[in-house]
Amino acid sequence: MDSRPQTKTSPAAHGTQDTLGTIDAVIAANRSLAGALLPMLHGIQDLLGYVPSTAVPRLANALNLSQAEVHGVLSFYHDFRTVPPGRHILRLCRAEACQAMGCDALETHLQQQHGLSFHETAQDRSITLEPVYCLGNCACAPSLLVNGEVRGRVTQEKLDRWIQELRTTAGGNS
Amino acid sequence: MSVTIYVPNDSTAIGLGANTTAQAITRIAAERGIAIRLIRNGSRGLFWLEPFVEVVTTEGRIAYGPVEAHDVPGLFEAQFLQGGAHRLRLGTPESIPYLAQQERLTFSRVGVIDPLSISDYEAHGGGRGLRAALQAKPEELVEEISKSGLRGRGGAAFPAGIKWKTVLNARAEQKYIVCNADEGDSGTFSDRMILEGDPFVLIEGMVLAGLAVGATEGYLYLRSEYPHALGILLTAIRNAENAGYLGSNLLGSGKQFHLHVRRGAGAYICGEETAMLESLEGKRGMVRPKPPLPALAGLWGKPTVINNVMTLAAVPLILDKGGAYYAGYGAGKSRGTLPFQLAGNIKRGGLVEKAFGVTLRQMLYDFGGGSASGRPIRAVQVGGPLGAYLPESKFDTALDYEAFAAAGGMVGHGGIVAFDDTVDMARMARYAMEFCAIESCGKCTPCRIGSTRGVEVIDRVVQGQQRTENLALLRDLCDTLSNASLCAMGGLTPSPVLSALTHFPEDFQRPPIPAPGGRASRTIRRH
Repeated sequence: MDSRPQTKTSPAAHGTQDTLGTIDAVIAANRSLAGALLPMLHGIQDLLGYVPSTAVPRLANALNLSQAEVHGVLSFYHDFRTVPPGRHILRLCRAEACQAMGCDALETHLQQQHGLSFHETAQDRSITLEPVYCLGNCACAPSLLVNGEVRGRVTQEKLDRWIQELRTTAGGNS
Repeated sequence: MSVTIYVPNDSTAIGLGANTTAQAITRIAAERGIAIRLIRNGSRGLFWLEPFVEVVTTEGRIAYGPVEAHDVPGLFEAQFLQGGAHRLRLGTPESIPYLAQQERLTFSRVGVIDPLSISDYEAHGGGRGLRAALQAKPEELVEEISKSGLRGRGGAAFPAGIKWKTVLNARAEQKYIVCNADEGDSGTFSDRMILEGDPFVLIEGMVLAGLAVGATEGYLYLRSEYPHALGILLTAIRNAENAGYLGSNLLGSGKQFHLHVRRGAGAYICGEETAMLESLEGKRGMVRPKPPLPALAGLWGKPTVINNVMTLAAVPLILDKGGAYYAGYGAGKSRGTLPFQLAGNIKRGGLVEKAFGVTLRQMLYDFGGGSASGRPIRAVQVGGPLGAYLPESKFDTALDYEAFAAAGGMVGHGGIVAFDDTVDMARMARYAMEFCAIESCGKCTPCRIGSTRGVEVIDRVVQGQQRTENLALLRDLCDTLSNASLCAMGGLTPSPVLSALTHFPEDFQRPPIPAPGGRASRTIRRH
């Protein structure tokens, strides 16, 4: 397993044969695991960037669960997305150690200067901003995860620079 | 002969540029035709000095830091490969007071060895506990853990020996070891540092727990916020399997232990042991009522030892050097050491492993050097988001479980988060309730609904509406949460709230802040 999950297909591929093929492949690969639903949901999101609604009946069928049970698990965990994210994902830590070093001001800055709010994707689909509660980087707060990579001692200036870069680059990780 | 250089492969170090530093060293060495052996170690935990580069010289390891990529050409000019003088030269790591004054038992190898090399692990004392344990009876192993006085390091501080004995005595065809690596508390990172810096000690600890209680299967539940640690851990498990530390024939003994890893999915509540079991079983992370105890009916209903990373990582040393050796450290009923973590607004943040009994003030000032901002430290939260906020008058409290509880605090997982005098404690109290509302599993009413009501009541106080009545209501609500919640999430959320109210009452009496649009300033969103 790669340490940093990669999004390999276009998130717009919702419901296509490719997407269904990916979902079925993930289900097949994890079927023998005990407690397989979470590994399957992770596997799908690692590859597609989110868990499409078309995955729910397939997961339910494979695991002999009701669709309601699968939906219950999917909606319980903060990590799982049910809509495609932007090309890049920023996760800003909101926990206490980061608050002690001014993460609230960074949240305001992202909103006012860059139009980025938590749980939302920029209109140009370049960036999705999500809150996260602790990245284990608390000695070098405030912390941010940029496409899965931790950045410490984040300042408004650094944020401006990174966002500028991300807005103009393709690619994308989850 | 090539020169050996260490550059940490720790998440925090990488977040400060360790990878680009490592690349610069490799590139310039190649340009100059110098043969080097670059080892990506864990972090020593002196994070204000990261990237912390060490060079092996004839006088031993010499450290430089913080080394950013643009410093590397100058270091080559200064002959740093021979330990040459440079403004970033720190001398031998062990002579740095921050490290010299620690008592590193669990962290003895972190930052020292190549985390993925079994031979390096064994050269530094690893594996001895397992070799000894393979010759011993399960009862003897449990007895040694009891003798060590080891208590659960995840927060609840339950004696590990008693838990293990319960599982050992339970009759079942299958038992499990579950490692709780869902390190969700803000201000904590010791589990991550072990996973990234010495994963074999945790693997060995889990195998030892299995031998002690008769479990052949282990599950490690790792939070998804640690993708880098996951990558290192999976490689370490492969290496451990190849070396006979895991699998069907442990070091040729014929005994077996298999280890599986599961990724969490961003739910704080899954650090609660029964919610974790539900999550491992592929369900919503809903808390289970106790009894039955997981020790008797845990994962898939089977007897299960659930221990935190730090608890299990302490085991190999205990079974190597004996319970009495470990119990020789500590104070009162808190035996051994705790890897404390200095975080938040602190000048020298990092990992400080000390025997229990050190005071909070020593941690904040002798190690931490005061606040990062240079302003006075006004409040400190110890033990994660469910821990109390302590004012300066409590800084001389000794960090041991009982002494700290007597002072109204909780040692928990050893996270220490400092705030300077710009902190607004009413805001922090509100955040505690908001966090509970976001992370509550929803099983019990006090936690699910009380947390949202708590946010609203604090908003009314801040907005200046009937302050006396609303503060009384807040205390009443906290009483309900404390006494009627199913688990520690709802049960302890009042602790940061009430401590803020008790120790910093002035923050709840500031000039009213009108609500934008007449409503609470921010609604709670779970997703």
